[in-house]
Amino acid sequence: MVVPSLKLQDLIEEIRGAKTQAQEREVIQKECAHIRASFRDGDPVHRHRQLAKLLYVHMLGYPAHFGQMECLKLIASSRFTDKRVGYLGAMLLLDERHDAHLLITNSIKNDLSQGIQPVQGLALCTLSTMGSAEMCRDLAPEVEKLLLQPSPYVRKKAILTAVHMIRKVPELSSVFLPPCAQLLHERHHGILLGTITLITELCERSPAALRHFRKVVPQLVHILRTLVTMGYSTEHSISGVSDPFLQVQILRLLRILGRNHEESSETMNDLLAQVATNTDTSRNAGNAVLFETVLTIMDIRSAAGLRVLAVNILGRFLLNSDRNIRYVALTSLLRLVQSDHSAVQRHRPTVVECLRETDASLSRRALELSLALVNSSNVRAMMQELQAFLESCPPDLRADCASGILLAAERFAPTKRWHIDTILHVLTTAGTHVRDDAVANLTQLIGGAQELHAYSVRRLYNALAEDISQQPLVQVAAWCIGEYGDLLLAGNCEEIEPLQVDEEEVLALLEKVLQSHMSLPATRGYALTALMKLSTRLCGDNNRIRQVVSIYGSCLDVELQQRAVEYDTLFRKYDHMRAAILEKMPLVERDGPQADEEAKESKEAAQLSEAAPVPTEPQASQLLDLLDLLDGASGDVQHPPPLDPSPGGALIHLLDLPCVPPPPAPIPDLKVFEREGVQLNLSFIRPPENPALLLITVTATNFSEGDVTHFICQAAVPKSLQLQLQAPSGNTVPARGGLPITQLFRILNPNKAPLRLKLRLTYDHFHQSVQEIFEVNNLPVESWQ
Amino acid sequence: MIKAILIFNNHGKPRLSKFYQPYGEDTQQQIIRETFHLVSKRDENVCNFLEGGLLIGGSDNKLIYRHYATLYFVFCVDSSESELGILDLIQVFVETLDKCFENVCELDLIFHVDKVHNILAEMVMGGMVLETNMNEIVTQIDAQNKLEKSEADK
Repeated sequence: MVVPSLKLQDLIEEIRGAKTQAQEREVIQKECAHIRASFRDGDPVHRHRQLAKLLYVHMLGYPAHFGQMECLKLIASSRFTDKRVGYLGAMLLLDERHDAHLLITNSIKNDLSQGIQPVQGLALCTLSTMGSAEMCRDLAPEVEKLLLQPSPYVRKKAILTAVHMIRKVPELSSVFLPPCAQLLHERHHGILLGTITLITELCERSPAALRHFRKVVPQLVHILRTLVTMGYSTEHSISGVSDPFLQVQILRLLRILGRNHEESSETMNDLLAQVATNTDTSRNAGNAVLFETVLTIMDIRSAAGLRVLAVNILGRFLLNSDRNIRYVALTSLLRLVQSDHSAVQRHRPTVVECLRETDASLSRRALELSLALVNSSNVRAMMQELQAFLESCPPDLRADCASGILLAAERFAPTKRWHIDTILHVLTTAGTHVRDDAVANLTQLIGGAQELHAYSVRRLYNALAEDISQQPLVQVAAWCIGEYGDLLLAGNCEEIEPLQVDEEEVLALLEKVLQSHMSLPATRGYALTALMKLSTRLCGDNNRIRQVVSIYGSCLDVELQQRAVEYDTLFRKYDHMRAAILEKMPLVERDGPQADEEAKESKEAAQLSEAAPVPTEPQASQLLDLLDLLDGASGDVQHPPPLDPSPGGALIHLLDLPCVPPPPAPIPDLKVFEREGVQLNLSFIRPPENPALLLITVTATNFSEGDVTHFICQAAVPKSLQLQLQAPSGNTVPARGGLPITQLFRILNPNKAPLRLKLRLTYDHFHQSVQEIFEVNNLPVESWQ
Repeated sequence: MIKAILIFNNHGKPRLSKFYQPYGEDTQQQIIRETFHLVSKRDENVCNFLEGGLLIGGSDNKLIYRHYATLYFVFCVDSSESELGILDLIQVFVETLDKCFENVCELDLIFHVDKVHNILAEMVMGGMVLETNMNEIVTQIDAQNKLEKSEADK
């Protein structure tokens, strides 16, 4: 008995009837079994209905891959009904990752060249949604033909398909560039919209196309002017504005064409002024056009008066009651803040107002813009606002706000005390959201401000006494109390009211931190070390401290235990050294962001070399003879020198204070070769995070009167090291100091064996071929130790 | 460029999902869930713009949405699109649906999701705006439906 298949609506009805997720799954699985059977049987009449049902359950998240082949069959059918569902299925189920997708290329080709208009439309739509690069290459000629067809319906679709094709296969730009000029003369809005999109895509991809299309600027101005001055027409108007979508696209293209180009900017100046002043801003459509106009004015070489007008329009929009307008205004101002900083500064009060918005999208934009507007003259006022914001802002903005405040404070702090206060406030308000280096930064800052030691330690003590849960704050406070405990107890500090603190209170507080379950292991370490330091700063006897230290000698945390045991030993056996070891810290040279930059650069260099191709076989075989020569001479791998234990050494290692270790001194460059004005230089980098790695940059320069060509540099190292040569930047060095060739060598030296390097150079110079083989002498020791 | 167009109801059940960039099926469902999660948290009188979730491309992309009764219409776009323009586009889309379905409601979208796809295909193609003139779109849809009908009658 043949059960008639469900219509799509009936299936949907059934699914909606299911009371639970499990029931729904059951209904759908049953139906999918029917559909599978129907596909197997190959029923052509109901195939489109079966696929439609499959697409529906696919939207709900159920597997539908077994329908892929059916899409092909439906597309190949002659019925429009079949093709419609088949093409939709192709768009939803097939994409370039499935091999099957190429199979519809032929059907699309037939439909494009012989189909009726609706069918051509379906084919173009599908091609523009899921067409892969191969499909686009195959079908470009068909699409090109359709660009010039009489029917606007097909033409507008063909134009947008062309945009997609250029995105997939950039070389097709040359095919689709010529028709653009003619298409711009069409009256049909759909065609114009597509053409402007196409021209925009072409200009964004190629500077040559950009130059080419500058000549249509007058045409574009004309089209836009017609739209703007045209009377009310029902055809394309949205809330009384004629085709705002087309206006916005034209304005965007004008922006691209007018950027950095005086003549084009001149041509559009008047029109932009006209649009800026005459657009009706009572409805969204007008505002969309106006915003685009403002962005264009600011991006091109426009007259000063026009720029002022534009920024004022944005300022006005900041006060608009419509939140969407305020959002777009904030976003636009953020784009302008780099280029027109003083103009945007004028609107600072309004921007700061927006921080108080309850709408999270708006307050996020306002935060970004506020941070960008901080400068040395408004920093105090802005920080007040931002700190107030930090106290009440939504949790997902806290981290950004905190780090923004800290960065701005670092750049613009008027006084050290203000800086310390600001960081302190951030740590108290949003301690858990600050970046890891905030603790190090603050201790560095305090350490460097000698006149503020008393003030800092007092403030930190008060903050700690109130709340020991915010870890970064606790860590800094513990460190300070340890370092400057004597100042804390001395009691006199003009800047805040005198507070009598006695020793027992201080010790009790640190013990509280040690015992609290909220303290991280790192924090406990700080507290313990601080207690230890206080043993030399305080006047009383050290029994309490000694007690605590010995208790922690059996702590389960290994790090803490080690510290405690060693401090205990310090008390018992090395008491005469205690005072010297626990002296106040000298200020450590912190490179801070610089060290980060270096590490980042070497990371990038390492990543770049990863991306560059490794040299191929022939080079390797030529290297072998070099390797032999090298290995014959070298001895065994040297063992690294044994570590030399010293009694005080282990303890000093413990007093491991929160400062960034000094970066390794840079290794000096080495000139290794010179012949008739051609020089070869080596520069060395050892990235700190990977001690076995050595990066050598070889630079070949040419100060002679003749070019160096066919330059090849090969290298060999001892067998225990690994060498990787990256592709050189080129093989020609022009004469008289022309652009040098650089090449990166990566050497892995995990055993720290002594580095030996043999180089072989071949090049042509002064019509002679030169070959040089030599070992590099005087390699700096820091390159391998 | 428009990366995706999603319609789902107040409980997150998808009523239409169209992606203009290749995403795996699982990713598509995750994107729908993530987008619903972000959009449903919004109050009624806040702006219609949100940063995109991680799956759809993070802060380079935006979610522009409109809430009509029981349905959310969400367009996920990148930074090249005009935010206010997309808001108008959503409005045009809904008005066109209204014209084609005569006072459209959620049930129409549920039972005729293939027709909604066809209408959308006349407005947005390959992630780009194709046509915004409602009359042209409706004329085309009518012609195509007639064609289907005549084939069914044969």
